[in-house]
Amino acid sequence: MDPSSIPALPRGVRLHFDKIRDTWVLLAPERAVTLDAIGHAVLSEVDGRRSFAEITASLAEKYSAPQAQIADDSEGFLTALRNRRFLDVSP
Amino acid sequence: MTVPPIAMLAELTYRCPLSCPYCSNPIEMAQQDQELETATWADVFRQAADLGVLQLHLSGGEPASRRDLTELVHAARTAGLYTNLITSGIGLSQKRLAELDEAGLDHIQLSLQGTDAGMADMIGGYRGGFDRKMKVAGWIAEIGFPLTLNAVLHRKNLHQLPRAIEMAVEMGARRIEVATVQFHGWALQNRDALMPTKEQAKEATRIVAEARVALKGKLVIDYVPADYHSDYPKRCMGGWGTTGLNVAPDGLVLPCHAAQSIPHLEFESVRYRRLRDIWYDSAAFNAYRGTDWMADPCKSCERKTVDFGGCRCQAMALLGDANATDPVCVKSPHHGRLQDQAAAHASAEAELVYRSAPAKAP
Ligand code: SF4
Ligand code: SF4
Repeated sequence: MDPSSIPALPRGVRLHFDKIRDTWVLLAPERAVTLDAIGHAVLSEVDGRRSFAEITASLAEKYSAPQAQIADDSEGFLTALRNRRFLDVSP
Repeated sequence: MTVPPIAMLAELTYRCPLSCPYCSNPIEMAQQDQELETATWADVFRQAADLGVLQLHLSGGEPASRRDLTELVHAARTAGLYTNLITSGIGLSQKRLAELDEAGLDHIQLSLQGTDAGMADMIGGYRGGFDRKMKVAGWIAEIGFPLTLNAVLHRKNLHQLPRAIEMAVEMGARRIEVATVQFHGWALQNRDALMPTKEQAKEATRIVAEARVALKGKLVIDYVPADYHSDYPKRCMGGWGTTGLNVAPDGLVLPCHAAQSIPHLEFESVRYRRLRDIWYDSAAFNAYRGTDWMADPCKSCERKTVDFGGCRCQAMALLGDANATDPVCVKSPHHGRLQDQAAAHASAEAELVYRSAPAKAP
């Protein structure tokens, strides 16, 4: 994922707190993806306006972790979502 | 240990303007006056959410044949469920789609009987259906509903697969389900007309593999290969009583849509029992849960928690024994016979037997 790319959740894909299983999930067409703490933290920052670099910078500050590590940890996950069409990325 | 279900298929009605010869609805269909009323469905949706269901599929028959569809969608969203409409498109107007949008409908799955009017209307048994469906697809795109195109394929239309994939892209669908007909319900009577040849099945697998590469990131392709020509059975419903449940139009709760074909199982209704109790405690849901019910070859097989022995309804339909290993499996003693049977069906010719409508109230 390019640092300047802007991720966005497309229509029909949304975060949902699953009370029964006590976990955050990403609800999407015909799928419910269970989110770990990093997945949830990243997707909560995705707003369709800020770039991937801005998101990882903000998370780095929030969790006092190196930005590069956060980018590394979340890139695979975001790419997988993108390939399932659960995440739009522009440009 | 029994875990909560993730998905529920609500068969709102068996009514449908189409009469596809592979319809998964039972041969004996409940009468219209036995359909659950709006308030009961709304209550069932709340019970489902409390039980742990996340995804609700509104299906049928044709769910748009229910006048209260918009209310039902609203009730489902209010209950907190991700709400998917599985439709042929017939019965949806531009106005009705706008109302469904307003009510919060999350996603639409549109079925495709063929890629041109000649094929589609012949298979659906409904003249003008294809043209209407194309209009509906246009309105869906205008509103911006996320769309899955569901192409049901068999011997008569498998050659249209490449065009079906193109159409999904043209419609702006994010996903296409390429589903080779599964031989349950009405399809079982139509095997001589619909069974694909082994060559067709192979060709479809090749086309799907190529398209997946070419359309990566653009269109997701989910593929259900031809069952009888496979070596291992499907993990039906993600495992009996583990992932999902079906509610029939009259309120009977089923582990899968074909479960009523297993004669010794008794099903319970949401009219008389809570969904939670049916899921955890009913005999029908516990009958094939897990692996304890299995006999060999499944019992000692390393794949037993991969496919759970395949489809119980298929074992019933083909072998008369719902406890048997799905005969699709290479390890089943009946596998060879099934392959011969598949080849015989594939080279036979027969008229289509169309699904008939549910009986009207007397
Ligand atoms: S398979 Fe065809 S006949 Fe059966 S419910 Fe679907 S559209 Fe109607
Ligand atoms: S023997 Fe049973 S468990 Fe093993 S692969 Fe075949 S159907 Fe599945």
